[in-house]
Amino acid sequence: MADNPNPNIDEVGAAPAPETPVKKKGVKRRIFLVGSALLVGGGVFGLYWTDSDARARAKALTTGDGEHNFLSWMKIAEDDIVTLFSPHIDMGQGTHTALGQMLADELDADWSKLKIEQAPSDIAFSNTALVQSFLGEMTGYPGVINALPAAVIGMLTRSQKIQITGGSSAVRFTGQGGMRVVGAAVRLALIEEAADRLGVPASELTTADSAVTHAASGRSLRYGELAAGAAERSLDSAPTLKSRKDYKLIGKPVARIDIPAKVDGSAVYGIDLTLPDMRVATIAAAPVRGGKLESVDQAPALAVAGVEKVVTLDDAVIVIAKGYWQALKGLQALSPKFTDGGSSAMSTASVYAAQAKLREAGKPDAEAGAGDVDAALTAAGDAAITADFRTPFLHHAMMEPFALTAHFKDGKLHLWGGLQDPIGARDRAAKAAGLEMDDVIFNPMIMGGGFGRRFPGVTEIIDQAALLAMQVPYPVKLIWSREEEVRHGTYRPQTSARLTAALGDDGRIAAWRSDFVQGEDSESEAGFIYDVPATSRRHFAYKSNQIDGPWRSVNSTQVGFYNESFIDELAHAAGEDPYQFRRKHLPEGSRHQKVLDTVATRSGWGTPLPEGTGRGIAIVESFGTIVAEVIEATVKDDGSPKVLKAWAVVDCGTTVSPVNAEAQIAGGLIMGLSSAIGEAITLEKGAVVESNFNDYNLLKLADAPPVIDVHFIESDAPIGGIGEPGLPPASPALANALFAATGKRIRTLPLMTQAKA
Amino acid sequence: MAIGFTVNGKDVSVEAEADTPLLWVLREDLALTGTKFGCGIAACGACSVHVDGQITRSCSVPVSDIAGKTVTTIEGLKGDDGTLHAVQQAWIAAQVPQCGYCQSGQIMAAVALIEQTGTPSDAQIDEAMTNICRCGTYPRIRTAILAATGQAAAAAVQGEA
Repeated sequence: MADNPNPNIDEVGAAPAPETPVKKKGVKRRIFLVGSALLVGGGVFGLYWTDSDARARAKALTTGDGEHNFLSWMKIAEDDIVTLFSPHIDMGQGTHTALGQMLADELDADWSKLKIEQAPSDIAFSNTALVQSFLGEMTGYPGVINALPAAVIGMLTRSQKIQITGGSSAVRFTGQGGMRVVGAAVRLALIEEAADRLGVPASELTTADSAVTHAASGRSLRYGELAAGAAERSLDSAPTLKSRKDYKLIGKPVARIDIPAKVDGSAVYGIDLTLPDMRVATIAAAPVRGGKLESVDQAPALAVAGVEKVVTLDDAVIVIAKGYWQALKGLQALSPKFTDGGSSAMSTASVYAAQAKLREAGKPDAEAGAGDVDAALTAAGDAAITADFRTPFLHHAMMEPFALTAHFKDGKLHLWGGLQDPIGARDRAAKAAGLEMDDVIFNPMIMGGGFGRRFPGVTEIIDQAALLAMQVPYPVKLIWSREEEVRHGTYRPQTSARLTAALGDDGRIAAWRSDFVQGEDSESEAGFIYDVPATSRRHFAYKSNQIDGPWRSVNSTQVGFYNESFIDELAHAAGEDPYQFRRKHLPEGSRHQKVLDTVATRSGWGTPLPEGTGRGIAIVESFGTIVAEVIEATVKDDGSPKVLKAWAVVDCGTTVSPVNAEAQIAGGLIMGLSSAIGEAITLEKGAVVESNFNDYNLLKLADAPPVIDVHFIESDAPIGGIGEPGLPPASPALANALFAATGKRIRTLPLMTQAKA
Repeated sequence: MAIGFTVNGKDVSVEAEADTPLLWVLREDLALTGTKFGCGIAACGACSVHVDGQITRSCSVPVSDIAGKTVTTIEGLKGDDGTLHAVQQAWIAAQVPQCGYCQSGQIMAAVALIEQTGTPSDAQIDEAMTNICRCGTYPRIRTAILAATGQAAAAAVQGEA
């Protein structure tokens, strides 16, 4: 994730983390409207002064005649339509609907009169503005920061220039700390306005279906009638939120608002955009990451019908044509010469070898844990258990290949497309094109999958499209071919780990050491959950020539695989059932134990299975959500794994949108299985070997479990993420199931090649 | 060269190089962008359409092969009165799409399968539904196909969103 050396506001993190959150008593906190500025007062973080210019801009960008804006993020029109502006973009995760449920529930708004729109890509709608507006004392920076991908934290603390969709953050932060609070606060303002208008005490008024009613006199005022007056009132910054029993929309099976347009072909993705006079371009970048373009003879491309222009960048060649096919033919006619960036010796094998060497040198870059692990392992001597694990580079494989349209006109660079951080995209494009950020306009469009690939810090298509647009007078849509997509990914890194443990005489784990070798902190999303007296989790920082990218669930996927495979090995070494062995290392009565128990019960853990079939279990906590999964699997005649059944049990606190949450968990589980079974990006001579879906193996319907039993445990814990946590337990649960089925322990992914070996 | 064929009940004539894949003619010349580009090598199925009733991956069929034929895309599945096809309705009832990008192709494949088999078995679904979905909507795709053919109930959701 690129740092932002030029933040437009100093250290947003400015809000210092308090030692202990203190809840003040008897002070009613208000959100004061002072002219066009906004003060949020009284919280433990002190006063927040939001950018008054930004707030005015937010209103100007979103709110027309007959409409009344509240706190930038919502408006009520005089015809009762409530509009919510979501800073998060739809990439399939369904959060627009969930955010709408949360706002409308607290507001007592009529669901049929709620509209959810994409917030403008303006700093007024940045994550930081969101935090300032809403989260002040509700959750505060620490909670937000703890749960975001490590790569994003640096940006959040340095810059206001982000508007991210990621980190499984929308519902648990924007929704819980933001939309619910603003809904509840605006509801109170509407009641106050109605009380004045009707001349009755507020306590006699009730709200439902976008109206305030005075039952005693039978009078009622619609929200649309009250909005103008309510918008002038100061808002309570800490309104009482509904309790679970009063929810009307939260936790109810509401249909996703985006789905109808996705079944009739009318949804418009970034790649679908057409503008008057637009051209289409496609690109070939240096095959070896870090390589540069040496030379290219443009003539063969220009001879192709429909090709208009060839543009060269430092490390790529681009062909512009009237349509994609012509551009691709033009590109394929070229024979560009690229350098190898000095990485021609890099290969999959060389990466693993370098990682082993780094680990063996024994100088970790970071260490977490407690207790004397060295002493315990030394005491165990030959009885210590050691296992080496490996996971390959993984391609995001979003089904919509990268496409970004750019047009430089009258000093402004306009961009259209789907990215996980529109404001960050503006910043990156401005730097690439040598413009001020205010001269870059980004128009967010829905994404055909993101999975972490579309974060601007790892999205070089922004530079490419920006540079391209500066050279031509017309709008140009740059589309990456699938081959470009597969070969120039910002992959989940290739990683390796050595895990070592000693069992005590009491049958418990006495000491545990994890040596992780990869780019960034392995435990950034999933920590160590077991109760072990001595642990040491060490990080050895390794960089290949590839750019490490956040890949759905980020580091919790490989760490989940390591930890949950290894504890399975320890259970077998101890002669114990893998479920019971995990259970006794989790705190008695904990949420973790309950999740584990529930998945064991639902899956019929321990009941007999046919010969050659096995069950595997795994539990991972990530993004504030605990997920345990059981996989039942066997091995096909060709040696590849066949998943028969799958169960997932989830504790994410409150399930806001259950039909969608189930889909996210099941989809995450399938993506986890897909990666575990067949996916790998490999390197030879510094370049990626795989090229397309013929050799990058994604799971298909026939190999997915026909039904996935997903069960949610409601708890009083803070709301956890839902988009990512379904993924990490899947690969270890499958590997453990295959061990149960065959007695063969697989420690290197993907399983397919290992199972055949 | 000018190539004539029928798309969604309308006769069209396009000027295109003979080797241009049908996909790009649909998307760029006819503005039918519901049919998606995913891989360009007929591996993922995002570009699936019907050609004379047969499921076809349009990224790998030259438009010259389509001359005189009848093409149906996702935009052509609705009835004349705008009513969604039963399979599209089942897709909504089962809340299948996540990112939605592959779903046009999935629905076209499902419609072809149902037209061919009437009530497809699980094994027939496994065999026919080879389109890739990265979001992992496969269990709901199966449910929607079974529901559309009266073999299962679709998931229940509340309200018209």
